[in-house]
Amino acid sequence: MVSIQNLHKKFSKNIVLSGIDLDIDSGGIFAVLGPNGSGKTTLIKSILGMVIPNKGEISVLGENIKKNSSYRNKIDYLPQIANFPSNLKVRELIKMIKDLRKQTTEDERLIELFNVTPFLNKKLGTLSGGTKQKVNIILAFMFDSPLIILDEPTTGLDPISLIRLKELIQKEKANGKTILITSHIMSFVEEVSDEIVFLLEGKIYFKGSIQKLKESTNQPDFEHAIASILTNNNA
Amino acid sequence: MRSRWSYVYFAFYLLLGIVLLFLNNDLSKAVITLMNVIIVLVPLIGTIFGVMYYYNSKEFTELLLAQPLKRSSIFLGQYLGVAISLSLSLVLGLGLPFIFYGLLKSNAIWDFSLLLITGSFLTFIFTALAFNIALSNENKIKGFGYAILLWLFLAVIYDGLFLLSLIYFEDYPLDKLSIFGTMLNPIDLSRTLILLKLDISALLGYTGAVFKKFFGTNFGLIISFIMLSIWVILPVLRITFKSKRKDF
Repeated sequence: MVSIQNLHKKFSKNIVLSGIDLDIDSGGIFAVLGPNGSGKTTLIKSILGMVIPNKGEISVLGENIKKNSSYRNKIDYLPQIANFPSNLKVRELIKMIKDLRKQTTEDERLIELFNVTPFLNKKLGTLSGGTKQKVNIILAFMFDSPLIILDEPTTGLDPISLIRLKELIQKEKANGKTILITSHIMSFVEEVSDEIVFLLEGKIYFKGSIQKLKESTNQPDFEHAIASILTNNNA
Repeated sequence: MRSRWSYVYFAFYLLLGIVLLFLNNDLSKAVITLMNVIIVLVPLIGTIFGVMYYYNSKEFTELLLAQPLKRSSIFLGQYLGVAISLSLSLVLGLGLPFIFYGLLKSNAIWDFSLLLITGSFLTFIFTALAFNIALSNENKIKGFGYAILLWLFLAVIYDGLFLLSLIYFEDYPLDKLSIFGTMLNPIDLSRTLILLKLDISALLGYTGAVFKKFFGTNFGLIISFIMLSIWVILPVLRITFKSKRKDF
């Protein structure tokens, strides 16, 4: 699905990624974890082509992403911070993104599901953080793409929406899609993900199932297993 | 944001055109006054709008970058959107009152169209330069500062330096040098083009005659337009080049 070879990226002198090799098979939910500033978002943005790597190859569904933009048709992306043009109405934004990609009717169902109907004619600049995140989720899930990338999807969501989101993720997984998630909420990761990738100082420290992580760190639960990695590495 | 401001800009030129025609009662004189306004104001507005638009639509750009669109088409689309709407405001805002005044029947029509063409060129040039500056500077304040400095340099300081150098080297023949120096600055180039077209080069004395010999001919006119086009093409190429390598 996604294959990354020897990926390096630095922002001026700050080395963010140093030699990432990662293969993500199709189907299933993969969580990318790591402390703040470990390069999770940079990794995701590299896959999307928003960050240009200094070195390394990335291919998505067999296509090399360099100098290519059409592969993004097969990716749905939920950005970490929902920065929308503030003078646009929710309805206009959804319509515009639909015009850019392809027509879908899925958005109506999602609007219903997340209770966004009362906000459709409001400007994006006036929405609360949680509502913006719901709009963000609708934009990310309304297309039927084989790869879904979610950067901190739970930010600002109320409990009901969180449950809906989890259901949505499980449903997409059952449809055979590949989902890539980053999150700091360990219980959320433990609940939804099949496999985790742990980034530390720009490298992949661990890749495998949660069970395997618990065994290798000798910790009974997931949260402590992560914490033990961090304390052992003074991060 | 963009549309509201371009309406204001349009209204401003409309008003300017009407007022000038009422006060002057003479098309050619109105064209000269307009030239003085356009030569300074058009680059300034192009610069400010270009920088402002880029920084204001940053979030929107990031949203588009995750979509299956080419980077060059995102940025060129934004650039053309700003430049075309500004040029339209200029051409329509000035064109309408002049047409109602009876421009089509007068012989000032060529001078006037040259004015509008160079005005549009200046809009495209300075919007492109502004986009370049904004692309290279993450910091808004810095970007604004550089953009204003660039405008100030080309509109005012360049002339001063040029004049100083002419005084300093006055013992040498300077015709070629001054033509060359004029070519390098789009604002000067536009001003000279229009002045000579208006047939007031006699005011400029000997240099005026040399300039007239060069810029007044078709050859000079073509060279000038090629220079103006280069001033558009180079910054636009840099926009595509720079945007392909930028991280968001």
